[in-house]
Amino acid sequence: MTIDLKTIKHIARLSRISVTDEKAKKLAVDLNSIFDFIEKLNELKTDKIQPLTSIAETTLKLRNDEIKSKNIREEIIKNSPEKNEDYFVVPKVIE
Amino acid sequence: MSEIYKQTLSELVNNIKNKKISSEEITKSYIARSEKSKILNTFVTSNFDEALKQAKNFDKKPNFNLKLPGIPIAVKDLFCTKNVKTTAGSKILNNFIPTYESTVTQNMWNEGAILLGKLNCDEFAMGSSNETSYFGNVQSPVDENLVPGGSSGGSASALAAKLTPVTIGTDTGGSIRQPASFTGTVGLKPTYGSCSRYGIVAFASSLDQAGPMSQNVKDCALLHNVISSYDEKDSTSIDFKRSNYSEQLSKNIKGKKIGIPKEYRVEGMPKEIEDLWQKGINYAKDCGAEIVDISLPHTTYALPTYYIVAPAEASSNLARYDGVKYGFRSKGENLIDMYEKTRSEGFGAEVQRRIMIGTYVLSSGYYDAYYLKAQKVRKLIKSDFDEAYKKVDAILTPSTPSAAFKIGEKKDDPVSMYLNDIFTVPVNLAGLPGISIPAGHDSKGYPLGLQIIGKAFDEQNILDIAYAMEEKINFKNKITDWWIK
Repeated sequence: MTIDLKTIKHIARLSRISVTDEKAKKLAVDLNSIFDFIEKLNELKTDKIQPLTSIAETTLKLRNDEIKSKNIREEIIKNSPEKNEDYFVVPKVIE
Repeated sequence: MSEIYKQTLSELVNNIKNKKISSEEITKSYIARSEKSKILNTFVTSNFDEALKQAKNFDKKPNFNLKLPGIPIAVKDLFCTKNVKTTAGSKILNNFIPTYESTVTQNMWNEGAILLGKLNCDEFAMGSSNETSYFGNVQSPVDENLVPGGSSGGSASALAAKLTPVTIGTDTGGSIRQPASFTGTVGLKPTYGSCSRYGIVAFASSLDQAGPMSQNVKDCALLHNVISSYDEKDSTSIDFKRSNYSEQLSKNIKGKKIGIPKEYRVEGMPKEIEDLWQKGINYAKDCGAEIVDISLPHTTYALPTYYIVAPAEASSNLARYDGVKYGFRSKGENLIDMYEKTRSEGFGAEVQRRIMIGTYVLSSGYYDAYYLKAQKVRKLIKSDFDEAYKKVDAILTPSTPSAAFKIGEKKDDPVSMYLNDIFTVPVNLAGLPGISIPAGHDSKGYPLGLQIIGKAFDEQNILDIAYAMEEKINFKNKITDWWIK
């Protein structure tokens, strides 16, 4: 299997990463060599194997739905690259 | 008493408790040495002024009951430290100042340790040579232009260069054990769930574990005592009875059964590594252990599995870096354009590569063929270990398939870089503890390590084996301080 440029651009879009044609070509080479390596898994028959979804064999614990941190609005907004008073600012979404 | 920075953690703790040295003296000693070692590029952020202040405060009101009384320690820049910049080696977090503290580092400060600074690492811990960091590659103190390994490369380098008495790293596929092996130091990847992941910049959540790195096994056990804890802030933290690893540390491993997996004798393995492994087997026998041949038949599938599971989880974890709530933002014509430019300028090439792989294997139409397949093979890999542990108490392997390589040597070939982790990755996939201890040198004088893999939650056992073997190996570091002019 080979991943073509069109697919690379599609994955880039899904990944929210902008790619130029040149960068897409380089990524195609890298990804194809990595997927050649990954294809090795097809040697194995796994129809009857249960997938391992969690390595920690415990059931998730329930906890009470309590607010533990209060008045952290300022802390949360502190690291924002662009803010307006208590809000995160993003480029205009609705025309 | 030897020069302060040359002392082990255990010696420093004893000397401070016996009032032979002060926290201020220790802190000053490491700061002075770090100032002379800038060429190694280990620190992303230093915390020297604040550390000195805290050391003086400790000396005024010392509490000698703590496990790390007034001991300055630098940590990997993947741990969130409150009010101290945390970058994960990435441009996208270059201005990020956490408003909270990771549990693992908090455990250290609670026991009296003092933050010396934040250590360089591969970007988002993705790399095996510390060459993917936005802040430049780290030099190994072992030799000029040599990689320290990765991703905890800054941690390994700072530790081996004696810029910090011990340190902590994180290990997703070998990122503690491989750099420990490359620098002649000890590194423990604990059982998944042993150390809290709260406040650690996430890479692949089902594989990530924090762990101690040290000059010797005793220090490793001491630091592990401090950092391993049950934490309700991490839903995968496990509430098991943790032993007092350093107090119970014992060299008596007589009768322990140690497995030698034949599949780790990989094609093209250098003779030096084979010889080292044989030496290790002999040392284990000398310690009274019984050697048992075992098989881990799916070993060869571990790396391909890892390169599906880890990028898939990474692509999901790294979706949060959108230029809105924190971190770097690039200007865009609209919201999507802003996201795309932010992520394409903010992430380095390897991170983008892995996000793309992860997005692809999780995308519609490919999920079953790749991600589900990998989860099934992961099950087979774990079952291999379960079977083996019916016969043995621990497993002995080389830590890496080669010694450290030169900066730039493998940078342009991702697959050859990934092969570095061939012996460490299966351990993460199975969630087991593994420790790398220095065991010899290659023909160039570069350190080589042996890995001891344990059963889940059996850290005490592998620490004991490592402790017993360490004495027989009697490793001597050949680091010459070449970088201090």
